[in-house]
Amino acid sequence: MRNHASGTIAAIVATLINIAAAFLIGALLIVAVGENPLKAFGVVWTGAFGSLKGFSFTLYYATNFIFTGLAVAVAAHAREYNIGGEGQANVSGLGVFLVGAMLPFLPWPVAIVLGIVAGMTFGAAWAFVPAYMSARRGSNLVVTTIMFNFLASLLMIYLIVNFLRPTTSMIPASGALADNLSLPRMDRFLLTLGINIHENPLNITFLVALLVCVAVTFLIWHTRWGYELRAVGENRDAAAYAGVHVPRVVIQAICLSGALAGMVGLNEVFGVQHRLILDFALGYGFTGVAVALIGNNHPLGIIPAAILFGALYQGGASMAFMFPKISREVVVVLQGLVILFAGGFVAVLRPYLTEQFDHFFTRKVA
Amino acid sequence: MSAIQNERELQDNSYAVEFRGVTKKFGSVVANDDVTFGVRKGTIHGIIGENGAGKSTLMSILFGLYHPEQGEILLSGALSKIKTPSTAIRAGIGMVHQHFMLVERMTALQNVVLGTEEGYWLKGGTGNVASKVKEIQNRYGLHFPLDAVTRDLPVGVQQRIEILKALYRGADVLILDEPTGVLTPGEVQDLFRVFQDLRAQGKTVILITHKLQEILSITDSVTVLRQGKSVGTYATAETDRMMLATLMVGRRPNAPPQAREPRRSDIRVEVSNLGVKDNLSIQRVFDLSFQIHAGEVLGVAGVAGNGQSELLSALAGLSPPSTGKIRLGNVEILPDHPTQPETIRKNGVGHVPEDRHRLGMMKRWTAAENSILGLHRSDRIEGVGKRIKPSKVGNWCRDLMTKHDVRPANPDLRFGLFSGGNQQKLVIGREIALSPDVLLIGQPTRGVDIGAIENIHAALLAERDRGKSVLLVSVELEEVLALSDRILVMFEGRSMGIVDRADADEKLLGLMMAGLPLADALNEKKVTVQ
Ligand SMILES: Nc1ncnc2c1ncn2[C@@H]1O[C@H](COP(=O)(O)OP(=O)(O)OP(=O)(O)O)[C@@H](O)[C@H]1O
Ligand SMILES: [Mg+2]
Repeated sequence: MRNHASGTIAAIVATLINIAAAFLIGALLIVAVGENPLKAFGVVWTGAFGSLKGFSFTLYYATNFIFTGLAVAVAAHAREYNIGGEGQANVSGLGVFLVGAMLPFLPWPVAIVLGIVAGMTFGAAWAFVPAYMSARRGSNLVVTTIMFNFLASLLMIYLIVNFLRPTTSMIPASGALADNLSLPRMDRFLLTLGINIHENPLNITFLVALLVCVAVTFLIWHTRWGYELRAVGENRDAAAYAGVHVPRVVIQAICLSGALAGMVGLNEVFGVQHRLILDFALGYGFTGVAVALIGNNHPLGIIPAAILFGALYQGGASMAFMFPKISREVVVVLQGLVILFAGGFVAVLRPYLTEQFDHFFTRKVA
Repeated sequence: MSAIQNERELQDNSYAVEFRGVTKKFGSVVANDDVTFGVRKGTIHGIIGENGAGKSTLMSILFGLYHPEQGEILLSGALSKIKTPSTAIRAGIGMVHQHFMLVERMTALQNVVLGTEEGYWLKGGTGNVASKVKEIQNRYGLHFPLDAVTRDLPVGVQQRIEILKALYRGADVLILDEPTGVLTPGEVQDLFRVFQDLRAQGKTVILITHKLQEILSITDSVTVLRQGKSVGTYATAETDRMMLATLMVGRRPNAPPQAREPRRSDIRVEVSNLGVKDNLSIQRVFDLSFQIHAGEVLGVAGVAGNGQSELLSALAGLSPPSTGKIRLGNVEILPDHPTQPETIRKNGVGHVPEDRHRLGMMKRWTAAENSILGLHRSDRIEGVGKRIKPSKVGNWCRDLMTKHDVRPANPDLRFGLFSGGNQQKLVIGREIALSPDVLLIGQPTRGVDIGAIENIHAALLAERDRGKSVLLVSVELEEVLALSDRILVMFEGRSMGIVDRADADEKLLGLMMAGLPLADALNEKKVTVQ
């Protein structure tokens, strides 16, 4: 019988093969610009994983990717494509910032809880209108969420430049939040152990991200709500027949998706910047689509996929820094190749591999 | 090529298709076990067997969808080189699947010609081929509107598209996997006439069916499969119903249930002056009124496509009535006050949809996940609540599987991989599991083998005896007669009248199904009897 094991193993092997293929083509590109690909990839690796400092950066990026990846995955389980993580994350920053600005006296353990609530609420609220229009009026969620990304960006410019920016400042950012709101950071913790990794953004939000992964897994596969969510994604007619209120579940799923994207605001505002800066979420929302795709919409796949993209961000920066001929664009192309192969072409290989593994297991059983 | 092989190939080319020792395993399930038999050219060959006996799998192998672990297939005496469905089609094999393979959003015509368009440009669209398709339609009496969108067509019509599709591709060997399940008796006759024409032209037809009557009336020879093995191949003329049934099941079938005195008690379901429109806003049900008492089965008979599907869909809360009123227990459904399916279920209504693939199940989920679909809001199943415990759900599913003899009894297997009949057994088992007060059932035994039909019928009658109200929609007259206390006949969306079971027979119902209201039908019947 086609058990889950062979399907899962096939998915993992197929993804790994495709990532390898992406790097192979990336290598050709690097040869073409006139550098040694082995050396270049060596720099990516050591940049991302070679030092505690680099690895901390990788995990910091991964934190945001986990949130945006989970956001896309939750909606995808209802077969809805929320491309609005970008805007939802952006607006969530405002929510987190307002908590900090209005309650500057909070100790961080309270601030983190209120920050989570505020970030998720603002993210969900920003997703609600596209969600409603998609579920009740049949508009295309991809289009509306993309439009809402632009709206979010414009709204934030307006608010930051006109209201939140200190009058004396020319930088499009709010003033700094109170120090006691700052979340515990890895660099400070390591310093107490006598290890110095300099200024580093990795903070306790990474652990929150891992907890959220556990929560999302539980929600999707161990609750009634998750059951209805997957039913809606699998077959809407049958879900309706079974008594699932389809539009309601769709709206809830997209709002939860927005809420998860909104966690980026916590990481950035309380964890890293301690202020609200313009476009702090740039790129995270879109990369989340790729993370979910590669992670097969499962938290256990999303964590490694998020770390992979964290490593590409961090190691790619090192590579572009070390090799003059390798520009920032080459790094972006490499990321694009990983998305294309591991996210897209993987579907070509997976059914074949599933069959092969089936045969393998069958022979073992027989 | 060696001489020996050559000799063997020349040996027996009177067979259009020959299976030799074909074995196919799915993990620990042996779907086909050393299957050996031949199908003679220019004959109609039946294949019968219980649900899960491996009929569909064997045909999928022939059609290149699966590859056997062992054995070989010969086509006209030569080793088959079929690896994929497209090579199978080129080798002259046409298949009408048990579960339709149609692109729902395309029109009927587009589906027929899909994959056979020549060149890269759709020169003049599908217009050029329309005449050719119409010609085949006329030749075989397979009528349907060519420009209707497939998903809006009833199941019966979709089936016709499938058959036409294979014929359009010029199949020499036509495989039909349970083609008659959704056809009306008249349509079945038409289809059989098609088979005879094909045979007369030297083509070969392989027919899979659970209806022994069909095997006996149309096939030349018949192969019986049991638990993956070929039990034997017989000339149909030398068999009879009892012999085939016994070969299939390994025991003699039981006698059908007896009709009984109707038992009257309070009215639980009340439908008055109901009108229903379909999703194209075409009126499909007109001014329909009936009542169902507690402890009663109301059968709805009628040729497929006469509004039964729309009636069920309105009762289930899926499409709001355009006029009239529905009361199911204590829920009301009114045109300006549509009720959610969720509310209806909560108030003790179970449904078995006619089209179980579209409405009744999630193909890619496990059997266990499917076993609580629609019951997942109930608090009466262990492990089901706000929190769902997969291991408890697995136990629940295993119990259902044992009770309704679903094979293989493996809750973790993907539901789409169960044979059609076994899926149906689990879906029905699920819907009656919590013994809802009202049961709405469409085509309960479509694609189900004789043994399982007995079980399903017994289970439905047990529900009735427990005081439940059952609405049974079926195109099988035999089934309607076996289970119903009263029978409503629908024709073109209207009721032709309601007959007590004691006063009904196939003849009377047949007349009403053809559009005669009850009074006229009674007269007509008297006239012909005299
Ligand atoms: N792809 C698959 N993976 C695993 N098991 C399968 C697969 N396809 C079929 N099976 C199993 O093989 C057995 C034979 O199935 P098959 O569909 O051939 O039965 P069938 O004779 O056509 O039954 P029915 O009359 O119900 O249509 C069943 O036990 C079924 O569950
Ligand atoms: Mg079958």
